[in-house]
Amino acid sequence: MTADPLVATTELAIETTGLTKAFGRQRAVHDVDLAVPRGSVYGFLGPNGSGKTSTIRMLLGLTQATGGQIRLLGSRMPDDLRSVLPRIGALVEGPAFAPYLSGRANLRRLDTADRDAPGATRKSRVDEALDRVGLGHAADKKAHAYSLGMKQRLGIAGALLMPRDLLILDEPSNGLDPQGTREVRSLIGSLAADGTTVFVSSHLLSEIEQMCTHVGVMSAGRLLLQGTLDDVRRQGVQRVTVVTPDAEAAQRILATLGLEPELLPTGVSAALPTTEQEPERLNAALVAGGVRVRGFSVSGATLEDRFVDLTGEGFAVAE
Amino acid sequence: MPNETVPAGTAPNKTASRPASGSSLGLALLGSEIRTLFRRVRTIAMLGALAAIPILLAIAVRVTSDGGGGGPAFLGDITQNGLFVSLTALVVAIPLFLPLTVGVVAGDTIAGEAGAGTLRYLLVAPAGRVRLLVVKYLATALFCLTATLVVVVVGGIIGAILFPVGPVTLLSGQTVSFGEYVLRLLLLALYVTVSLLGLSAIGLFISTLTSVPVGAMAATIVLSTVAQILGSLPQLEFLHPWLFTDHWLEFGDLLRTPLSWESFGNNALLQAGYIVVFGFLAWGRFSSKDILS
Repeated sequence: MTADPLVATTELAIETTGLTKAFGRQRAVHDVDLAVPRGSVYGFLGPNGSGKTSTIRMLLGLTQATGGQIRLLGSRMPDDLRSVLPRIGALVEGPAFAPYLSGRANLRRLDTADRDAPGATRKSRVDEALDRVGLGHAADKKAHAYSLGMKQRLGIAGALLMPRDLLILDEPSNGLDPQGTREVRSLIGSLAADGTTVFVSSHLLSEIEQMCTHVGVMSAGRLLLQGTLDDVRRQGVQRVTVVTPDAEAAQRILATLGLEPELLPTGVSAALPTTEQEPERLNAALVAGGVRVRGFSVSGATLEDRFVDLTGEGFAVAE
Repeated sequence: MPNETVPAGTAPNKTASRPASGSSLGLALLGSEIRTLFRRVRTIAMLGALAAIPILLAIAVRVTSDGGGGGPAFLGDITQNGLFVSLTALVVAIPLFLPLTVGVVAGDTIAGEAGAGTLRYLLVAPAGRVRLLVVKYLATALFCLTATLVVVVVGGIIGAILFPVGPVTLLSGQTVSFGEYVLRLLLLALYVTVSLLGLSAIGLFISTLTSVPVGAMAATIVLSTVAQILGSLPQLEFLHPWLFTDHWLEFGDLLRTPLSWESFGNNALLQAGYIVVFGFLAWGRFSSKDILS
């Protein structure tokens, strides 16, 4: 899968057009056109209350869309729900289990709900899924004794009971320790390597940045932008960073060139104006001005920069 | 990661991994539901409480050796024949204890899953909304049968231990053998089970309305009490044939010779009506409901 728009439109794992969900007068999701290419790892970003989970609920047929169409793996939802959902593993708004059953019994129960899941292989598939998320040793503990991280792992195991073509994971790293977060990332990586499309919602931007090929950003119920990770980052402001012992001199020179450099312990850094075509020109000016340049780099905006640009700063939950 | 090391069953192979056949009816879910229900501590505790009714009753009668003077029907017969313990215990359990336990199980069906959040995972599996309703109802019906049998069987056992057991005199005066009486008792248990099916359907419907299981349970239990109160008011006689509790205590026919099936049939018809109406309402509500829990 590449950024080629033609390929992208013919091979979409998730495609929505004008997807809208209204609760009363309030629109939780407004006119969302998702395009998730097959084989991609798609990061679905947005602040709390931006409509991510509402969108996921509609995708999975848990709620009815107020307007718009959904196609999952080429089939219409919710019309073809019964044939499509067995091909999809999902984690929706946190894991949930019968607290009085063991982790293993919970997974077995979930597996019986899927008519396509063969009973003959149930035991081995459940064990495999448990091992895959590192819960083999705790499989027979009651679910209420699980920590949040263990529940999260069990939830992911539930999504992996059958071979899936598409995984929809809502905040899979929630409640996990750094080790667990790493494991989830590598698990998603290995699933994606097998060809599974992964649609993962998160507000952990660095997570998304490390594992996704595509991103979409939601805010206040709208999809503000989507595309490959590189495209999204390229749209942002680039920064130039100069490593030098002559920071003040570098700062002065860059300022005369129209930049707004900030002093760093090791040098200076400045946002690159979008009109700036040749950053190496800056380096030449610095050297000409007698600055001892030890390092010169141009980096794209981090996803976090773009995210804040798009959704605004602060912790206020979107109305 | 090379393909060989990927655990079997995790490679996305669209054609090989989707058997067209398999368990097409999906009975595995019913089996799983029944196992889950009957292994649950709460269920076992409720069945234990039901079992305590005939035990307490028999012990009380044995200790005081006083069967006469008031008390529930058949209480006075226990000292002569221990087999009457089952019957007395049923009469005691029908108005309150049985509806209570059935209300808990039926009210919990959908609301319990919604409250725990497991409903969304069952539906995404996908369990199928109609299939889930049917499975939940069948498991509840099995609980009704089990609960009734617990009262009858435990009553029989404790009665045989504490009192003399012999041929039983039926309501119509004839005496029947032990074997025939057991058969009648099983028939009686079936009658009571059928009586509870309408209430189960009501509970299932209420359970689709909320994600607070305790609310659904309480509402179901309250309804069974209200129906019995309405049924006891002669001013509301016109309403009585439509109450699901109307035939609850009319099992006397099964203890007469010749055996009359009339009340059994009337009761079954009434309960079937409730199952159809409330099953339909539950389906109408649940099949289009937004699952937000």
